[in-house]
Amino acid sequence: MILPPHSKKDLTARIMQEKIYSLLQQGKRLDGRGPRDLRPITIQTNLVEKAEGSALVAMGGTKILTGIKVEVGTPYSDRPDEGSFAVNAELLPLASTTFEPGPPDERGVELARVVDRSLREGKAIDLKKLCIIEGEKAYILFIDIYVLDYDGNYYDPALISAMAALATLKIPKYRVVDGKLERTGEYFTPELTALPFSVMIGVLGEKFLVDPQIDEEKVLDVSLIIGTDEKGNVVSIQKNSPGPVPINLMDEIIEIAWEKTQEIRKKFLENVPVKLAQEQ
Amino acid sequence: MSKPKLISEDGIRTDGRRYDELRPIKMEVGVLDKSDGSAYVEFGKTRVFAAVFGPREVHPKHLSLPDRAILNCRYHMTSFSVEERKPLGMTRREVELSKVIREALETVVFLEEFPRASIDIYIEVVQADGGTRTTGLTAASLALADAGIPMADLIAAVAVGKVDGQLVLDLNDVEDKYGEADIPVAMAPRFDSIVLLQLNGRISKDEFPRALALAKKGIMEIYRLQREALKRRYSTTPQGGV
Repeated sequence: MILPPHSKKDLTARIMQEKIYSLLQQGKRLDGRGPRDLRPITIQTNLVEKAEGSALVAMGGTKILTGIKVEVGTPYSDRPDEGSFAVNAELLPLASTTFEPGPPDERGVELARVVDRSLREGKAIDLKKLCIIEGEKAYILFIDIYVLDYDGNYYDPALISAMAALATLKIPKYRVVDGKLERTGEYFTPELTALPFSVMIGVLGEKFLVDPQIDEEKVLDVSLIIGTDEKGNVVSIQKNSPGPVPINLMDEIIEIAWEKTQEIRKKFLENVPVKLAQEQ
Repeated sequence: MSKPKLISEDGIRTDGRRYDELRPIKMEVGVLDKSDGSAYVEFGKTRVFAAVFGPREVHPKHLSLPDRAILNCRYHMTSFSVEERKPLGMTRREVELSKVIREALETVVFLEEFPRASIDIYIEVVQADGGTRTTGLTAASLALADAGIPMADLIAAVAVGKVDGQLVLDLNDVEDKYGEADIPVAMAPRFDSIVLLQLNGRISKDEFPRALALAKKGIMEIYRLQREALKRRYSTTPQGGV
């Protein structure tokens, strides 16, 4: 019994797949990387003065711009002492011929929700620090992610850019005057409480590769995005394409994810000024 | 709201189960008349219908593929399926889940048998008490079989998770809400392969393999129940002549 062959796609994709697979067998890849090498990562912060936080991240040829706008709103009634955040993502038509104008399609929604999951479950920020007056006023962060150039794997650079924008936030402080909020003119940067990062792992035959470039991403049997925190917890997983993952490969996939996210974490700390909260 | 106690001292969960027990499961195939295949699946208080239309002509036509069928899938929850009324239309959560469920099914359906056609799968959650995507996927797989669509395997699915520091099988709603991690898993058992995998929460990387093993144990039982449900619908005993 065999699985349906449609994952092999059309003829050109099949030829490319054979090429990528034979390279992997020699421990090589199209762009000269080894199977477990990430593409170079560059991080620039504070590109947009009108946003309270922003970051442009390139991971190889994939470029992501994230901006954070901060508003003051009412806390959720079941969490009166917390602020909140919302993640949105758009795959802009200027980033790829496969992206179309209009409201986010399922890929955009999935990207936003996967990044949201890593930030939330990875506990990147302490939402209690975003409360201004309990039950009445709290900061709401709108974390908006834009894919500017798509050369494969937008998940990992999107999370890196969201983290970089969070780490460099400048939020206006308020004081209460006659029961009303008034800006003090000062700003603060909330501490990060953890460092969640993710890595996309592709499977082709019995071979693995990390951080696929677009030609690779198109021909993989299957891919997963795995998020971890700095303590060795897995905080998010998303299998984001059709195809089978043999269950006996999962242990190795998790190990690779841990190793590569640690590498991203190190790179992040070298490039972004981070105020990390002390252990309670 | 404070977190309720989810597992008692003697290891009993809120609904009376042990850590490795599934909820009471019901499955019935061929429950809706107008569709080409359908199924109803119940995991405890989680109740889901799935129906399949097709293979049929694609509308609009330009979306059709010359070498295989397209698979469409809509996972949807009724407005009254949850505590607080869900607004009509598709939420972002439903859009995402429709995608991962479709991708799980695409792994096993022989789409190249039906070039230019579409196969449309509709999943309706009528009551949500945890595990709706896995129950929906389990039902969708039965509905595809009922519609006679060729597949390499049935897909069986269940969520595992971490609750009060302990791994548990088949999370109910409170366990999902207040637990530490929710991990929906779907498998094509005869290939020993995962076709859907998500994780929401935190679990140490060393614990993760044990969670997967627990999921697999539940999945094998669900897979057996699926085959039984299909046999109930389709097996006949030969009748001798008079």
